[in-house]
Amino acid sequence: MKPIVEVANISKHYQLGGHRRRTAENFRELLHRAATTPFRSVLGNRHNGVVKEELYKLKALRDVSFSVNQGDVIGIIGRNGAGKSTLLKILSRITSPTSGTVVVRGRLASLLEVGTGFHPELTGRENIFLNGAILGMRKAEIVRRFDEMVAFAEVEKFLDTPVKHYSSGMYVRLAFAVAAHLDPEILIVDEVLAVGDISFQKKCLGKMGEVSRGGRTVLFVSHNMAAIENLCGRGVVLHQGQLSFDGTAKAAIQHYLNSLSIVSGTGHIVELDGVGDRRSIVAPLLRRLEFVTENEQPLTEGLPMGSRLKVKISFELPKPLDNFNVGLGFDNNYGQRMFTAHGMFEPNHWEHECVGPQVLTCEIPSFTLMPGEYKVKVWLDLRGKEADAIEEAAKLTVLESDFYGTGKVPWNGAFVLKHRWYLEQAVEAGDSGPTMAGTANFQ
Amino acid sequence: MSTTFELTIRPRKGWQAIDFREIILYRELLAFLIWRDIKIRYRQTLLGGLWAVLQPLIAMLIFSFIFNRMAHVQSDGPPYKLFAYAGVAPWTFFATSVSQSSNSLLANQQLVSKVYFPRIFIPIGAVGALVVDLLFSLGLCGILMLIYHWPLTLAVLWLPVFGLGAFLAATGTGLIFSALNVSFRDIKYAVPFLIQMGLFVTPVIYPPSYFPKRIHFLLNLNPMAGVVIGFRHALLGSTADWSVMGSALGISVLLFVSGLLIFRRMENRFADII
Repeated sequence: MKPIVEVANISKHYQLGGHRRRTAENFRELLHRAATTPFRSVLGNRHNGVVKEELYKLKALRDVSFSVNQGDVIGIIGRNGAGKSTLLKILSRITSPTSGTVVVRGRLASLLEVGTGFHPELTGRENIFLNGAILGMRKAEIVRRFDEMVAFAEVEKFLDTPVKHYSSGMYVRLAFAVAAHLDPEILIVDEVLAVGDISFQKKCLGKMGEVSRGGRTVLFVSHNMAAIENLCGRGVVLHQGQLSFDGTAKAAIQHYLNSLSIVSGTGHIVELDGVGDRRSIVAPLLRRLEFVTENEQPLTEGLPMGSRLKVKISFELPKPLDNFNVGLGFDNNYGQRMFTAHGMFEPNHWEHECVGPQVLTCEIPSFTLMPGEYKVKVWLDLRGKEADAIEEAAKLTVLESDFYGTGKVPWNGAFVLKHRWYLEQAVEAGDSGPTMAGTANFQ
Repeated sequence: MSTTFELTIRPRKGWQAIDFREIILYRELLAFLIWRDIKIRYRQTLLGGLWAVLQPLIAMLIFSFIFNRMAHVQSDGPPYKLFAYAGVAPWTFFATSVSQSSNSLLANQQLVSKVYFPRIFIPIGAVGALVVDLLFSLGLCGILMLIYHWPLTLAVLWLPVFGLGAFLAATGTGLIFSALNVSFRDIKYAVPFLIQMGLFVTPVIYPPSYFPKRIHFLLNLNPMAGVVIGFRHALLGSTADWSVMGSALGISVLLFVSGLLIFRRMENRFADII
């Protein structure tokens, strides 16, 4: 049997600069072009010069090939900007490839966003029909599954209320309900589960699992490794527009996680210039991260759980400013935020104006996340707005340690907390208040 | 699996044929988009659907005051108010259609960048939704004719033909402008201006006989000139000018076809640059 989707040598290039400039100084530009090269820029895909072409070309996908068999549930993973979304857009025909071909043998529906085409002025009922039609359902099909969708979304009472009055939770539930009842042979899903509350996310994951077990072919993009591991049998890793791995989901996740450490800096000093996956509003301002532990010891090996962590963040202030803050986020390997440290929580916040190169140190007296690898995100806020942010600036390894001083290593959970246990009859002297057996006491 | 169709996605460049099979496949969505536009248009307005007739009605009253009373422009037979209304009705349809459809892709950015369906549905749907308004305003024309005791002639049979002409001219223009609007936001500013100019070069507020003899042939190039003359002929039995009316229909078809082709050629870049 032929594969249900065959991707052969797909590349996609974007002419970034050209279009940016067009929107920026459009009319003058247009006149200039019309005068020099009539009709070219309006109708064609041609460019004025080779140099510019090279400068502004973004290769979102480079020569990607793989094939999908019927019933495959494939997770597509990779860092932001690796080309995942572009690949999905090509598969769902939203944009066409620069070169290469894709053969699709079956009815394909794609869900790149929850609630595409929802209109705030329309009621829930009306939006179900509109959204269903937009996602490719027939009217008869929508009518047939209407009650199911409404039940799934739990919005019975508000069906005839315009969705602009919905809470965001209701809105997302309704939107996902429509999408979840699509019945294509091939389903393409982008990171859409990242919305809604936890219980609804679980419900959606359950529905996705149901879909995939039903023999449907699914291509699924997510940063949620747990979801990929649960749902997908196969995993494909994209790295800088190229296919870097194709195998079982578990192996793909491992490959992806390993590839992360190559990108993050080695040693305890991480230079941030040129690190990918960065969003800068004006210019890159964050310069360097330095990790040290007790007594300013450089952190080269890894941090024993529960010990002191100091992160020194070097950055540049472009103009005199007192309202600046730095944030540090620690994400586990599944992309879940475990802990956020932020300058705004500092009670003795600096109030004086600074300009030029700065070093801000964040000190965490006892870093109690469980042993494992954590991705460190760092961002700089100027006047309360994120001015520069690096998603995976560094990787922090937390090592096992004798945190409780008992020689016993904790084995479960996400973090450790100091706690005490008392047996009712044997309350230690000098401890405050009566304590019930089995109650944890935080110190 | 029941449907075994095979689709090949490949790079697209240059001119493309219109994919009628696909348009038929997705036809329900076109209906839904039109339905949506109609539903939304007058939501949360006090007067609702009345706006469909109020716009041409008020325009007619203002025009007849300024041009008939103050500037002494005469009609070519029927009472001026009736004459003006029969011209304003198709013109309003055309003007609103062009401005709405030119802006339609930008207004539906989310659809363009997140889901696939034939893109031409967006500008065509925008015009389609306005056909309902045109029908309402034609209904009011009937009422005005009753009030003025103006008889309906057999020429009314031509009405659907010129209605179609107006639709094709508006859609064709809308397709081209909406596609250009994706890359060049200048269109957004140029369209209202062009429409305003269009009103003056089209015999809406004056009869075609006012048009200077020497440049009378220019009317042949303006599809809306023939459409407006055609509407007056069909509704009020005004003198038909078949050279202008005929070329209007021809140009409308031409405009529509070239609109489809230009749109089709440019559409594969929409999602990348919108």
